[in-house]
Amino acid sequence: MTMKWRGWVLATGALAISALAQAAPPSPAMLSNACAGCHGTNGGSYGPTMPSLANQSKEAIEVAMKKFKSGERSGSIMGRLAKGYSDAEITAMAEFFSKQKLHPTTQTLDKAKIAKGASLQEANCGRCHIEDGKEGKDDTPAMASQWLPYMQMQMADYLSGKRKMPEKMKEKVDPMSKEDLDALLHFYASVK
Amino acid sequence: MTLDRRSFLKLVGASAAGLPLIGRAAELMPKSGKRVVVIGGGYGGTIAAKYIRMADKSIEVVMIERNDHFVSCPFSNLYIGGVITDLNTLTIKYDKLAANHGVKVVQAEVTAIDPVAKVVTTSKGTITYDRLVVSPGIDFRLDEMKGYDAAAMEKMPHAWKAGPQTVLLRKQLVDMKDGGTVVMTVPLAPYRCPPGPYERASMIAHYLKKNKPKSKIVVLDGNPDITSKGPLFKKGWKDNYEGIIDYRPAKKVTEVDAKAMAVMVEGLEEVKGDVINVIPPQRAGQIAVAAGLVGDDKNWCPVNATTFESTKQAGIHVIGDACVAGAMPKSGYSANSEAKICATNVVALLNGKETTELSGINTCYSYITDKDAISVAGVYTVKEGKIIAVPNSGGVSPADFSATKIEAIYAESWLKNILTEMST
Repeated sequence: MTMKWRGWVLATGALAISALAQAAPPSPAMLSNACAGCHGTNGGSYGPTMPSLANQSKEAIEVAMKKFKSGERSGSIMGRLAKGYSDAEITAMAEFFSKQKLHPTTQTLDKAKIAKGASLQEANCGRCHIEDGKEGKDDTPAMASQWLPYMQMQMADYLSGKRKMPEKMKEKVDPMSKEDLDALLHFYASVK
Repeated sequence: MTLDRRSFLKLVGASAAGLPLIGRAAELMPKSGKRVVVIGGGYGGTIAAKYIRMADKSIEVVMIERNDHFVSCPFSNLYIGGVITDLNTLTIKYDKLAANHGVKVVQAEVTAIDPVAKVVTTSKGTITYDRLVVSPGIDFRLDEMKGYDAAAMEKMPHAWKAGPQTVLLRKQLVDMKDGGTVVMTVPLAPYRCPPGPYERASMIAHYLKKNKPKSKIVVLDGNPDITSKGPLFKKGWKDNYEGIIDYRPAKKVTEVDAKAMAVMVEGLEEVKGDVINVIPPQRAGQIAVAAGLVGDDKNWCPVNATTFESTKQAGIHVIGDACVAGAMPKSGYSANSEAKICATNVVALLNGKETTELSGINTCYSYITDKDAISVAGVYTVKEGKIIAVPNSGGVSPADFSATKIEAIYAESWLKNILTEMST
């Protein structure tokens, strides 16, 4: 099955090249590099309100892009941009960014909050935000070294209902105070 | 001033025939392996240079730029409006591009391109190339703006290339008496940064409203209407600057009188101002014109939609404001995106590999006030050899201004990331 499919692609690809001297369809790098003006080279962001995509989980990016595309997740320009890509292209970009090295950020963080956040993370969030948030279960986003202002804006959207929390996350977040949540985000931002 | 086609051909002919050119400098850096020369260290050039090196370290990349730094046009309107007070936040240097990626940066003026011998002549000597990427930005069509010479530019700044001109326009606004009139002229499209003039009008109005409330700004637009984000700017002006911005469409300014501090609308109407910001009609940077890269319109450089290779001269690629990129606007982000597409394909062509089809993005924010911004975004693809916007994608901010506060915040990160990309 796979072989047949591959053979067909090769055959039609060769035809297209000989007929029109066509270029190859956009590669994962071609698609993803266009994002880097806002998200940083290879997805390593230096802008505190724009998330790093480097080393993010493939599934998390796919889910985010598809939600932007459908309008389920509100963004300012991300919805408009996500509509420009097919699901296959979204997967290619997600894979590209997931393979990039973690982008360690340098941020001014509160040490006490980091310590408090570390214990909160372990007790509440660690089952999905695994390895101190360096990885995520299924489509859970990696949080390590993410920009604090970006995470704070997302948390505000979750709390206002603008962005919908997954059920399991809601169970954990609901009983927490704003101070607890802020401590958690300081912790994630600190992980390198 | 302009090297016309005939004398250019003569020059090329002379060089191709091996005749020594008078004043031709010695070879600056002998070439051993594969080499790409990049002309221009702005939004396009820096990225092309960096991404070629990221893709293939065996290719030597020489970037030639006349200045030792670059000041971003995006956000320079905020400086003019007093929202930011330091141009350093908009300024990049090239040292890390050299250190991190091995880009060889040459600070020199390019005076000629010989597409046959594949030689660039600079004020410091000649440099040979295998492929050339030209990212020269814009120059002005001064023959279409009578009286707008170098002296007039010092009295009526264009501030359409960021740097001293930006500082000058800001200073004139600060020095203007309350009750004064600012006049701004907008050229017919296409020109660098379609929403730029309207953002500038907003930023000047923001300054006047706060500091000189009896003053106003008259916008003389050569176009029949606002050329980008029109309904959004109109709403922003109505909400914030009623009675301050006097927008007059279809008023093409063709002449200036720097002594009288006046501009002429097609010889019919004279408009006087205390501060006059003349944004002249534009074309590709002078070197692209001199090298015969502009098309039939004599202004902009037609290119292949996959490789950005000039359709006028083989082996030379043109990116950024200077090129004709179909649906991609003349913006900093477009130049960034085009540079990466071009870099990928320059590397492929040098290595005899298959080229890759374009996928590009533009994102562009414009400030209305110090805390409100609007945006336009687009995704681009190629159809039948032309760059088009992907159907049913892209577009502008919500019409109800529900996102202006957050977009003003996002825009700051946009700037931080894109300037970091260009300089590290």
